[in-house]
Amino acid sequence: MTPSTGPRIGVVVFPGSNCEHDVVLALRHNGADAQLVWHGERSLADFVAVVVPGGFAHGDYLRPGAIARFSPVMGAVRDHAAKGLPVLGICNGFQVLTEAGLLPGALRRNAGLRFLCTTVECEVASPRSVLTAGSHVGTRLELPINHFEGNFTCDRGTMSRLFDRGQVILTYAYNPNGSMGSIAGVTNERGNVVGLMPHPERASDPLLGGEDGNRLLASFVSAASLVSEESGTPAAETRLEPGRVKAS
Amino acid sequence: MKFAVTVEVSGLEGISDPEGQTIERALPLLGFEGVEHMRVGKMFRFEVEAPDAAAARETSDRLSATLLANPVIERADVRVGEPGTAG
Repeated sequence: MTPSTGPRIGVVVFPGSNCEHDVVLALRHNGADAQLVWHGERSLADFVAVVVPGGFAHGDYLRPGAIARFSPVMGAVRDHAAKGLPVLGICNGFQVLTEAGLLPGALRRNAGLRFLCTTVECEVASPRSVLTAGSHVGTRLELPINHFEGNFTCDRGTMSRLFDRGQVILTYAYNPNGSMGSIAGVTNERGNVVGLMPHPERASDPLLGGEDGNRLLASFVSAASLVSEESGTPAAETRLEPGRVKAS
Repeated sequence: MKFAVTVEVSGLEGISDPEGQTIERALPLLGFEGVEHMRVGKMFRFEVEAPDAAAARETSDRLSATLLANPVIERADVRVGEPGTAG
């Protein structure tokens, strides 16, 4: 369950993150050497890929992600994104990446003003990303959502551009939150930075009620493996054990 | 000099406003007729120490663009008061 041979993936922990341990477990389950990284770290040189997990980074004060984007680690996340390394934002992590300008659009309050906590049917809309490269268009996935601000919004021009270029990677089968174009996840132009509102890590084991999330996470891990093989594994530098996170 | 600054952050024209829509839908139930275009925003009040009003505005504009509003979906209207209006 805890292999140390897979690609090294850093999972960022902000004050208020709450899905980091689930993400680490799910990534390890898919063969990665996943480790927590405190948001105060300035380097991610130890990692070939990075995940910004869900939760309420910095309490979601002001707007979800509005303060997290200034955390020291975000400079390193930007560098990873610019280098074409895999970067994934899940739920609050998606909000952080949009606020940081690494992904297009923004996440607004859900239409109907309800906090949604349920499992929804999603559809892979494009394989043009590190998260969906392993899936065919139209693949249906049952994934849990758990958010208040998941209403994907951008201007009309941006939306048609995203669809035209295959940057909309995941859509909802039945729009739960008012998202434009029923968009559940998007990627940047290169396809290496991905954000989605559903939680693949919460659908990564039959005990959790489903395994559909593994299809996405396995694709992400294999994209990270490719980087690992190409560049050699970076030297150990910024590790953070789960115990230390709780203490800080 | 201290300047009192007010920044009003609201959704850009054409960006959906689920809170505004929900409030507007509820109004007839409460007996309010003829109220429309309800938009919900945020207001920030703070004080800026600056040599003059232009400098206070420059700081406030930059603060709004950097932190208070997300330019993808929001606009910020900055109002700088007379010097010494901060209290």
